[in-house]
Amino acid sequence: MEILMAFVIGFLFFAAIYLILSKSLLRIIIGTGLLSHGAHMLILTMGGLGSDAPPVLADGVSNSSMADPLPQALILTAIVISFGVTAFFLVLAYRAYQELKTDNIDEMRGEEHDE
Amino acid sequence: MNSPLLPIIIPFAFAILLMFAPKQLMFQRIGAMIGAILTVGASVWLLQKVATDGIQVVTFGSWPVPYGITMVSDMVSILFVLTSSIITLFAIWYSYRTIGVGREQFFYYPGILLMLVGVNGAFTTGDIFNLFVFFEVLLMASYLLSVLGGEKIQFRESIKYILVNVVSSAFFVITVAMLYSVVGTLNMADIAQKVSEVNQPGILTAIAIMLLVVFGLKAAIFPLFFWLPSSYSGPPLPVLALFGALLTKVGVYAIMRTFTLFFVGDIAFTHTLLLYLSVATIVVGCIGALAVWDVKKIIIYNIVIAVGVILYGIATYNDTGLLGSMFYVVHDMLIKAALFFLVGIIIYITGQTNLKKMGGLMKHYPSLGWLYLIAAFSLAGIPPLSGFIGKMLLVKGGFEAEQTASSIWILLSSLIVLLSVIRIFVYAFWGKEKETTPINRSVYWQLWIPTALLVALTIVYGVGADAVMPYMAKAAETLANPQIYIDAVKGGQ
Repeated sequence: MEILMAFVIGFLFFAAIYLILSKSLLRIIIGTGLLSHGAHMLILTMGGLGSDAPPVLADGVSNSSMADPLPQALILTAIVISFGVTAFFLVLAYRAYQELKTDNIDEMRGEEHDE
Repeated sequence: MNSPLLPIIIPFAFAILLMFAPKQLMFQRIGAMIGAILTVGASVWLLQKVATDGIQVVTFGSWPVPYGITMVSDMVSILFVLTSSIITLFAIWYSYRTIGVGREQFFYYPGILLMLVGVNGAFTTGDIFNLFVFFEVLLMASYLLSVLGGEKIQFRESIKYILVNVVSSAFFVITVAMLYSVVGTLNMADIAQKVSEVNQPGILTAIAIMLLVVFGLKAAIFPLFFWLPSSYSGPPLPVLALFGALLTKVGVYAIMRTFTLFFVGDIAFTHTLLLYLSVATIVVGCIGALAVWDVKKIIIYNIVIAVGVILYGIATYNDTGLLGSMFYVVHDMLIKAALFFLVGIIIYITGQTNLKKMGGLMKHYPSLGWLYLIAAFSLAGIPPLSGFIGKMLLVKGGFEAEQTASSIWILLSSLIVLLSVIRIFVYAFWGKEKETTPINRSVYWQLWIPTALLVALTIVYGVGADAVMPYMAKAAETLANPQIYIDAVKGGQ
């Protein structure tokens, strides 16, 4: 199972890097979204995928069959952080489009302040 | 008992308080200043406490050590915390006359205080995932500060800055996941112990290099510095001074911590790599500092040089080198902030950043000229001033580690640093006077005073090195013997 997940995550990273290296700002942001998906799934996988019971002390779940609760807490933290950053990034891209009149990252070089 | 938390909680509380009335200018200014002063006070008190009572450890919820989150204030972290708090205080003072009312009324001061929360938290934490969270706290605040004001150049450069940091944060999460799957813990002291127990197999060396990539992106080391010169030319000057003094140093601190605490089992590989990277960082910084004619960018490239110099001390990994690194990093944070303030005044007077169009400032602004000269000499490391002792120890450490060529290169790089900053002095202060738009003298003096105080502080730091040395020695001792840190964190139970 972990091997399969490793391939899926690797593919997510591959797609993310491809998108981040493209010219359009929106494709770059989609790439960062895929990158954080990959990172979150990697935490889950690295915590171990063997046990299938939820990490709750109820309904006769025994300690041995319980999934590792720590990676899930880490993912939850990382998700909200990346959500906040992505929201900020999207609004920044929107404002930058209004001001700079372009979403092509190649045209954002601009030297008018440097001379 | 919870003393390590004070430098984090105080600015946090004041940032929340300031958010309630963003349009009240006096409330914002005075509130931010009080918050910063209290933070500095708490840091000084904590420094004394660490010096007399040893390392301070707080575990949240009183849970036993590897299970809860630990906050650790040892000599290394408290020195970083104190320096950052002082610089933030001066930056707030300097902002009053430079940043503009529009920004001040739009959550500028809460942004600065929240960045201080993130920086102090990153220095104090004893948990690797908590370090990630504090990184995000300071990065999020820095995104706000870099884009606040909404000039075209700010939008353009913020996009690049955020993109680089989003990618490096994702990489940090990946690295933490890998580390967790190998050692099964997140507490730094516990990780250090587990790494030494398993004798650092190859996979952990790979993780060490991944962490070096993550923190190197924050600290702008050699192949990963590409984002820094353009991103830092966007924001206004007080923000730039904060970024230049604090943000890269958080990355430097993280490298310092991880490469003296966790990854000491395979020094031949990891620390030799770090040595080459630090020397390469100095090379590219020197090339950049000599190549540009923009006063801001000259100082920005000097940040890159200094990061290389500090990491060189960690790479040599002996007592002298580590002591030199500690001494140099505090000096560098102070002097970089002071230099950015000085450059800010020069830009305010001349109305531009191009060095070729300046000249003859010495006639009307002699005090500024002499102040700049002192700061420039201090940066280069002229003996009575603060840059000297750190660099001397670093070079001595390099010779002790039998790295003769690179130590001589560090010495030579000082000449290039001196040349790059003295060029500003020669072009801007000497020569024929150029026409400038008339400026408001009272504003000039209000900018001059905090700058002069900060420069005076670096002079005191250099001249009074004897008084500072016991603290530095204790910090270097903690860096050199990870067991001290591990015992302090795990032994308290």
